[in-house]
Amino acid sequence: MKTHVLFNLFATFLLADGLNIEDSAGQFFSSGHTNNWAVLVCTSRFWFNYRHVANTLSVYRSVKRLGIPDSHIVLMLADDMACNHRNPKPATVFSHKNMELNVYGDDVEVDYRGYEVTVENFLRVLTGRLPPSTPRSKRLLSDDRSNILIYLTGHGGNGFLKFQDSEEISNVELADAFEQMWQKRRYNELLFIIDTCQGASMYERFYSPNLMALASSQVGEDSLSHQPDLAIGVHLMDRYTFYLLEFLEDIHPASKANMNDLFKVCPKSQCVSTPGHRTDLFLRDPGSVLITDFFGSVRKVEITTEAIDLTDPIKEVEERPANGDIHKEMHSYVDQLPVSEIIHQKPKQKDWHPPDGFILGLWTLILLVFFQTYGVKHLRHIF
Amino acid sequence: MFLSERRRGQLAALSIAAVVIIVGVPLWWRTTETYRAWLPVSQIKELAKLQLQLSADVEAVFARGTVTPEQQKKVPLTQTQEEERAIDEDTALRYRYETRYRTATIMEEDALNQPSAAEADLSLHTLSESPCGSLVVYVIPESSSLLPEDVNVYIGQRRTALLRIGPQMRVGKTLEQLLAHLEPRIRQVLQVMSFSHNDITAALSDRVRFSPDNKESIADNMRAFKSSPGYEITFSLLNPDPKSHRLHWDIEGAVQTYIQPLLTKLSPVANFSIDSQTLYYAMLGVNPRFDTSRSAYTLNADSLAHVINPVEARLGSNAASSNPVLNFLLYVPDAQHSPLYIQGRKKQEVPSNAFHSPRWGGIMVYNVNGFYGSEPEFPVDININMAKVMGVFLAQLRLLLGVQSSTPPPGFLVARCGSTGLADWELDRLMWSRSVENVATATTTITSLAQLLDQIGNIVINDNIAQQVSSAVTSLQLAVAELEAGNLGFALQYSKEAILASEKAFFDPSLLHLLYFPDDQKFAIYIPLFLPMCVPILLSLLKIVSEARQRRREKQAKKD
Repeated sequence: MKTHVLFNLFATFLLADGLNIEDSAGQFFSSGHTNNWAVLVCTSRFWFNYRHVANTLSVYRSVKRLGIPDSHIVLMLADDMACNHRNPKPATVFSHKNMELNVYGDDVEVDYRGYEVTVENFLRVLTGRLPPSTPRSKRLLSDDRSNILIYLTGHGGNGFLKFQDSEEISNVELADAFEQMWQKRRYNELLFIIDTCQGASMYERFYSPNLMALASSQVGEDSLSHQPDLAIGVHLMDRYTFYLLEFLEDIHPASKANMNDLFKVCPKSQCVSTPGHRTDLFLRDPGSVLITDFFGSVRKVEITTEAIDLTDPIKEVEERPANGDIHKEMHSYVDQLPVSEIIHQKPKQKDWHPPDGFILGLWTLILLVFFQTYGVKHLRHIF
Repeated sequence: MFLSERRRGQLAALSIAAVVIIVGVPLWWRTTETYRAWLPVSQIKELAKLQLQLSADVEAVFARGTVTPEQQKKVPLTQTQEEERAIDEDTALRYRYETRYRTATIMEEDALNQPSAAEADLSLHTLSESPCGSLVVYVIPESSSLLPEDVNVYIGQRRTALLRIGPQMRVGKTLEQLLAHLEPRIRQVLQVMSFSHNDITAALSDRVRFSPDNKESIADNMRAFKSSPGYEITFSLLNPDPKSHRLHWDIEGAVQTYIQPLLTKLSPVANFSIDSQTLYYAMLGVNPRFDTSRSAYTLNADSLAHVINPVEARLGSNAASSNPVLNFLLYVPDAQHSPLYIQGRKKQEVPSNAFHSPRWGGIMVYNVNGFYGSEPEFPVDININMAKVMGVFLAQLRLLLGVQSSTPPPGFLVARCGSTGLADWELDRLMWSRSVENVATATTTITSLAQLLDQIGNIVINDNIAQQVSSAVTSLQLAVAELEAGNLGFALQYSKEAILASEKAFFDPSLLHLLYFPDDQKFAIYIPLFLPMCVPILLSLLKIVSEARQRRREKQAKKD
């Protein structure tokens, strides 16, 4: 009897071990994605919003360190802090006080900078509706097997996020943009992280499948900033992203940490606000989703088992005869500036425009005063 | 005549109200309306319910010894089978197989008398050229020596197959029994050479989220690139140690001889553009371990995944289009780490010394320590054997483009593909799945675009978008019709046109203006403009009405 039990135990142990090997091979297929993209956006201008740029750059740094190449990252920074006139240490952006960590680095590649970071451009990047002249580095060329990480930071409110201090994106527009991405199968799974005040309102309206969202604060709460640096004079990071960066520094490309660990980042004791997350639209269980599924770029590989037997010798590329028979096509650049036209320019015929604005107002004022003084009845006497 | 003051006031109020209602409101409506060109919505709704019919033509030729002379007189005949499969409520497939039976001609008999199957295949396809999408199956007697013992079907390099009759058909069977025996076997050959239900449902993955039961089909699905009008292929030579190795590779000649024939053959499917580069001091991101048993450095399968990312950052691309890029890297290890071998998951040897990544490309490690000679003087001049290299890259290219089919059923022998690297029936197979994929993607794009434009009422639909949508709809209808008729080449062409037009319409930059105005914002804009104007008009109209009613009451009172 005892030997029977022991034998059973032994057999299950062997079976489990066998399954383990199968499992690691099978992990190839568990996530269903073959490439990773990241869209990192900082939406605020002005020197005192230094921390938003530092937030975005620290996520950029982590994502690059874990393997996503620059060609797969769309980085949008609304203002230039590294070369700002008020930066006492130019060409640096620090995330820890006492200038411990420079997140600007040597090889940062900003795709949308300054005034190019607008709601319109952001939505164009997401939906893919860019003009044909847009270069590859400014496009999100994802396909149906791409996992995308989207990180937004800035100033926000209940249901909106402020861009550039002049416009806003609402949560409905964002949800519609994600739905359009889903319709065109532009993502396999999408992780949305937002670090703004009342950030949870931005993911309330999502309705497309395979979206997971994290926010730094609930509706009605403010996300707070972390520590100021006295030499630079501004707050360097926001709390949520600071602790997120600390968490990500411990992740390496072969790490097996999963999303449940990410949800625990920055509890209320550290963050003062309550971070929230939303996983009901996500098909897989968050415990089985690796951090590197979104933040890193672990490639799937397969060994090539077959090769084709090629026996033909290489055809010699025919040598062109070296005599002067060949007419080399003369190539030239198109005139960059039409110099001859500029020099001999005739003064342009200006089209007549009706008077506008100031002139119109001035004449109206004159007429009003005229009629007031003289009255309509007495005009008979004048004309 | 002089109207009283009150009368004049009433007339003024009434005329202002009339102007506002008759002229103002329509003018405001017309000027705030968005321009929406007409879209063929009803046709788009029809396309949403996709009913695809795929027709395949098979010619089954009976060789001598398979049919009796009386049966021979009844042959030639034609049989048609149809199979309906519904995928989900919006998508249904119908497969139509038309089989024409005939007996072999004398020249075909001579060809079948060749000693081996490969030679028979070679002489057979000099005899007849089967059009794209059709097959010819030669039925040979059971005793024939063309095929080895355990092989029942031989699939050639063009569009022919040799099928050996089963042992139960040996003696005295009627024609109907013979046909009943052959029909499922011919169907099986069709599924390997033309299309199978699994392939077609995988191609429809845009419409129907494909969840197959076995891991192999998931891997196949994830590995090949999606259908695209063009691809960019880049060959890179990585030399981390130029001080030791001076590498020469004739990439132009090699591409011209080995890769270009394949790409020319694939030109109905997509356009390809090729370029090449050499990278110096490009290291792999992983440290290989020294294996004493083989006295060589090894990279095991788990670390291969981390090789690609550091290299990719340095690769760059000169692609000006948004086409997917396939990267093929040839890595020559540095002198300290030579030779370098790749190990499989179970520590087995990999003869090709190469690995590939789905939807990205392939990497091959080429060891040059064999070229050193007796007393190497660094740097050593090395001419890379391009035939060997291109053999591996060609195999990887076939996998990544989706040409490679899964393992054939037992008893099947598939001929090695020729020097172009692509058999004709493999091309047909690719064309079937690409046509279906294009049609599925284009219909999804068009229907979702129509739905989007319907939902968001204030997106402007310009004329060019309407024109693209109409041409996409027309091309789709033509593609579906050609698939029904079995004209594979035309079907693929129309499906490509449909995809181009639908993508252009969907991703047009102008479809982004005027996105979302919440209702409270709309009220906030209109109320300050219209309310001050409307309040006096409304009040005076009310006053007119109440006075008229009062006068009528007085009149009534006077009468009584």
